[in-house]
Amino acid sequence: MILVIAEHRGGKLNRASWEAVAAAQQLAASQPVAIAVLGSNIGSIATELAAAQVQEVVTLDSPALEPYTPDGFTAALQQAIDQLKPSIVVLPHTYQTRDFAPKLAARLDRALITDVTGIKLEPRAPSPELRFVRPMFQGKLTADVAPEGPAPHIVTVQIGSFRADAAAKGASAAPVRALAVTIDAAAIRQKPEPPFQEARQAVDLSQAERIVSVGRGIKEADKLPVAQGLATALHAELAASRPICDAGWLPMERQVGSSGQTVAPKLYLALGISGAIQHLVGMKGSQTIVAINKDADAPIFEVADYGIVGDLFEIVPAMIEALKA
Amino acid sequence: MKIAVCIKQVQSRDSQPRLDEARTWIRAQDAAFEMNEPDAYALEESLRLKEKHGGEVVVCSAGPARVAQVLREALARGADRAIHVQGDTLAAADAFVVSAALAGAMKDETFDLILTGLQSDDQGFGQTGVILAERLGLPHATIIMDVQVSAGPPATLRVKRELEAGWFQWVGMPLPAVLTIQSGINQLRYATLKGIMAAKKKEIRVAAPEAVAAPRQRIVALYAPEKSKKTQLIGGSPAEAAKELVRKLREEARVI
Repeated sequence: MILVIAEHRGGKLNRASWEAVAAAQQLAASQPVAIAVLGSNIGSIATELAAAQVQEVVTLDSPALEPYTPDGFTAALQQAIDQLKPSIVVLPHTYQTRDFAPKLAARLDRALITDVTGIKLEPRAPSPELRFVRPMFQGKLTADVAPEGPAPHIVTVQIGSFRADAAAKGASAAPVRALAVTIDAAAIRQKPEPPFQEARQAVDLSQAERIVSVGRGIKEADKLPVAQGLATALHAELAASRPICDAGWLPMERQVGSSGQTVAPKLYLALGISGAIQHLVGMKGSQTIVAINKDADAPIFEVADYGIVGDLFEIVPAMIEALKA
Repeated sequence: MKIAVCIKQVQSRDSQPRLDEARTWIRAQDAAFEMNEPDAYALEESLRLKEKHGGEVVVCSAGPARVAQVLREALARGADRAIHVQGDTLAAADAFVVSAALAGAMKDETFDLILTGLQSDDQGFGQTGVILAERLGLPHATIIMDVQVSAGPPATLRVKRELEAGWFQWVGMPLPAVLTIQSGINQLRYATLKGIMAAKKKEIRVAAPEAVAAPRQRIVALYAPEKSKKTQLIGGSPAEAAKELVRKLREEARVI
């Protein structure tokens, strides 16, 4: 049985849960798929998940599981896995999963392969073996990784690598049942406060039709006007990869990537951006991607529709000129 | 405060990794190495906490002899001493193996706080810090953008977790604890000449891996990314390429 762990916050199901369901269904072959959801008073979330073509939805419902803590979730999932005995556990690769999945893996002493972009089945004797495909070396190389040791094996899937709308829905609602788990609330060491958004979001990059984005190749804050000039000429918003925002050269709200905004504009122009995974996951859905980078080996060229290998400080001014024509 | 920082030596971010003969790892010969950047942010955070609260920063790393390079770099930036768990196979090992090696060398010291970067720039599984916390029986929090320590007693921690899409969350925890640190939490300092000279006299304790854990994953193949898209590379001089790109975006892609 393949077990999917769904995620929700503030009463809303995280869409990435459906991506995990799609991945599990792809993996499953002849095995059944079940979904587990943790929290407190999660009946309506469970009902929503029951639309999936799965064997069942199980709830781990306890006041000790709201809000989320890694101590609470690890304790609950350890019991759930002990009862359900899945061969594989699939989760979306979210901030929350990154916080507890390694602890669960260590608690169970079982393999955890994170940030998976694809799944392969290799013909082997006595039975075919799974390979989990994922980026390494900042996206410069791809790895096929095999889990070692006994089941269950735990896998987290990269956001956007499996399509939420590919999750098969059942002809009728799957059964929902509560799993009995005992959580010692006093043993939970984290005391979370309510999540919040920082300052006002003056820019909503997700609404921009055209984006000019800068990375380390811009070299200095003083050179940003070169990129801004292109953005202005294209009637585009200016965005950046994480290192530019870390350095304080542009505000965090202009960051595109796994820790910033996810965008899918008509045109995404990446200047001096290498294309590390954390950035790619935030923009790979863009309609037309253009990459300008000095390094021909930069991973950004893997996802670009158009590319120029060259010096952005020569190319961008020439583009601004060409746009005036 | 006694703070441990676990750092990893990785291939330089500016260099293109080259595959070894087995095509399951990278070639170490002729490669340039540096401190994993997220770990550099963890080190910087530990130095700031030491400056604020007093105490000692102990930097730890697991790997072959060449790892001493990043330990010396950390000492030059201000760490007080280092622990090197030495083993040739540790460079490419998984988080289960590495965290066991580190835990074995660290468990007898009573650290108040253990910091690591949120993930490594080579394998990037993002597990070592959290698995280390579980092995040591300590609470943890990940992807941290701010660390506040209250001396107490009892000493407590309040840390700011980064969440998706510009959301954050403060979490209270007791000490001792393990944190994985997000890049951009602070501005990195670099070693001064004075620091480099002082580092030569600081202790690096070399230890053999005590606890040997079974690996939980294996890299079966490592290869250049398979392209799913057909990229049009536009050549010519910068002026020619720029003009051609604008033309294609107008006439072909129709996005301007």
